[in-house]
Amino acid sequence: MRRSRALLAASAAAALMLTACTTDDPDETAAPEETAAAGEEPGTEDGGEGEEEPAADGEWFVQADYERQLAQRDIEPEGPADQPWLQAIEPEYVDTTEYANPEGNTLCFSNASVSNPWRVTGWITMQQQVEVLQAAGEIGEFRVSDAADDDNQQISDIQAFVDAGDCNAIIISPSTTATLTPAVEAACASGVPVIVFDRGVNTDCMVTFIHPIGGYAYGADGAEFLVENLEPGSTVLALRILPGVDVLEHRWAAAQEIFADSELEILGDEFTGGDGAQIKTLVTQYLQRGEVDGIWMDAGDGAVAAVEAFEDTGNDYPVMVGEDELSFMRKWQETGMTAIAPVYSNFQWRTPILAATMIWAGEQVPSEWVLPQAPITDADRDEFLDRNAEMPSLHYAKFGGEDLPGYPSAWQDR
Amino acid sequence: MTVTSPQPTRRPSAGSRAAEVAGRLFGGGSATVFALLIVVFVWIFILNPNFAEPPSLMAFVKQAAPLVILAVGQYFVIVSGEFDLSVGSLVGAQVVIAAALLDGEESRTVPVILVMLAFGVLVGLVNGLVTTVLKVQSFITTLGMMLVLYGAIRLWTGGAPTGALSEAFRQAGRGGIDMAVVRQLPYALLILVGIVIVAIAIMRSSYGRTLMATGDNERAAGFSGVRVWQVRTLAFVLSSVMATVAGILIGGYAGVTAQVGQGLEFTAITAVVLGGVVLGGGRGTVVAAMAGALTLEALFTLFNQLSMPSTIRPAVQGVIIIAAVAYAARERARPRQQPDTAPEAPVPAPEANQS
Repeated sequence: MRRSRALLAASAAAALMLTACTTDDPDETAAPEETAAAGEEPGTEDGGEGEEEPAADGEWFVQADYERQLAQRDIEPEGPADQPWLQAIEPEYVDTTEYANPEGNTLCFSNASVSNPWRVTGWITMQQQVEVLQAAGEIGEFRVSDAADDDNQQISDIQAFVDAGDCNAIIISPSTTATLTPAVEAACASGVPVIVFDRGVNTDCMVTFIHPIGGYAYGADGAEFLVENLEPGSTVLALRILPGVDVLEHRWAAAQEIFADSELEILGDEFTGGDGAQIKTLVTQYLQRGEVDGIWMDAGDGAVAAVEAFEDTGNDYPVMVGEDELSFMRKWQETGMTAIAPVYSNFQWRTPILAATMIWAGEQVPSEWVLPQAPITDADRDEFLDRNAEMPSLHYAKFGGEDLPGYPSAWQDR
Repeated sequence: MTVTSPQPTRRPSAGSRAAEVAGRLFGGGSATVFALLIVVFVWIFILNPNFAEPPSLMAFVKQAAPLVILAVGQYFVIVSGEFDLSVGSLVGAQVVIAAALLDGEESRTVPVILVMLAFGVLVGLVNGLVTTVLKVQSFITTLGMMLVLYGAIRLWTGGAPTGALSEAFRQAGRGGIDMAVVRQLPYALLILVGIVIVAIAIMRSSYGRTLMATGDNERAAGFSGVRVWQVRTLAFVLSSVMATVAGILIGGYAGVTAQVGQGLEFTAITAVVLGGVVLGGGRGTVVAAMAGALTLEALFTLFNQLSMPSTIRPAVQGVIIIAAVAYAARERARPRQQPDTAPEAPVPAPEANQS
């Protein structure tokens, strides 16, 4: 009796501590990185209300990367226009003849996780691409491990592939940047061609690093749209998922940069954990305080909940930044609001598979393979919605798998 | 509505029945939560008079209703001396199940809600029976259940929810009756009022008394003829059913996202504790638990009105909660110097505050 009560009291204390973390989820484990080039230009001092945490500025902002990514948006990519997953922006090709290996190829893939709809969509596309190449005899076995967002798990997953010794190429989608760097280096050292995609690592030992233009470009697409479509003096609320994840921090850093040069008033930036209920509550509360003319988001997950907050409180629609997730795009079409859908190209999940077969064929691949990343606007929204009419609402419009076998059912029955 | 309910405590109606009832409802070391609730609301009103307008209050109720309902469920379990950590996952699972089964078809709404309720009862039964019959600590049982539900949903959906909720399904959490003053009387409020009435009725029934007695002193309750395992199992079932109702409201309120329900179990436990309900069982009222939930939601609103940076909020929230609970505990310990205030000491006669 006594003991059980002591245990209850202890667990209560644990409960209180854990509750303290539920309003936002400071993902501190992902933070320590990107310090090398930081502080070059802490130019994100914005004219807002002093609500932004100054600590976030500078730490995540690298002027050179920002400028390069913004410029890359306007560069015509090389490669076939109807296969954006094979296009590359300003590629520098590397020779891969040393890895040429015509047959019996085992492809190994260490996935960070399938913990959000974007990753699930991409993962399906990747599997369909593998099927095509397996049927063609270009890929033998496809071995996969999923680390469920756990760095340690992924490190041992990669080590297991290296130890097994029979992977002819290793694809890695890193869970976090800094922590996974040594594991990627170890994989490179084993002599097998290594392909990294999505998030980066702090090494260039891999044969190719595949990614869309990046977070700065994503954040800027939305922020520029707001600046163009709102009157000077209008108010904007920024909704973010988590702090401390590079691809998300870069989006916000770019947006801050652009807002700083504008006449817009930034009401605040709030972390939502991607939880629709929290997003709706937050937006409702801002609307109770005063007008909100625009919403900037660092991802479309839950964008519909933000829009509904305007509907349910009887306010006019804001100028809205979402993502190419269909739930948001459908809401956008239905309401006719002024909006844009920045894109973090989901079709990039096809590219590493194709890259592996190119490497085995001894073909050149870009050492840094920058895929195009164009936002969906009013002009092409309906076209993308028509194409994806049969797809579930958490599907991504630019998933780029329409020509693969299994389309559309593979993406519908997820 | 529920927001203004603390007023009766202040009415000086000496000896009258009303005061006695009010004392029973709101007393028992839980006066702090009502005071805190009023302070937080007054503070919000001062910062933002717009918030006092009926439509804003209705929006607040819509947003707070799921947590209040979760707190009711958690109260039943905590007052019986146990814990239910599975409710957050259950809320998430129920929303994902609803979306997958509905797939946007209006006609399936009612059957799917029935399936959800059945699933809720099943989860509660498993939690209850594992805890009472297999004698596994409820902290472990429900922690396990939390992981099982989370993992099963991930396995089933491949990591991200599929399908869509029907408009009819979303009405409960999002819709309401259009009215003049309040703009819209939310269905969530009506459902909440219904649950408040049922919860008070349960706690005043003989089941409520045995529940309280069980939490206060399991052995004494057992000796006086209470089937402890039945009483506790039913408490877990009630908790899961409340989580199901909360899931219906949250799904309706905000739609489907992958993160729905995450961390709600701890918010609900915090709400109950803030309401002066003693962990370990046997003390505290269901009304105070609900007030605890409202206070927490009000606190979130206040932080927002204060434009407090979101990074500092969890710490402030933690400090306020600990301070409030500590103050309430001191209050409870001071006036009557009886041994029953020390939670370790088994009290022979369960003269609990409720009965």
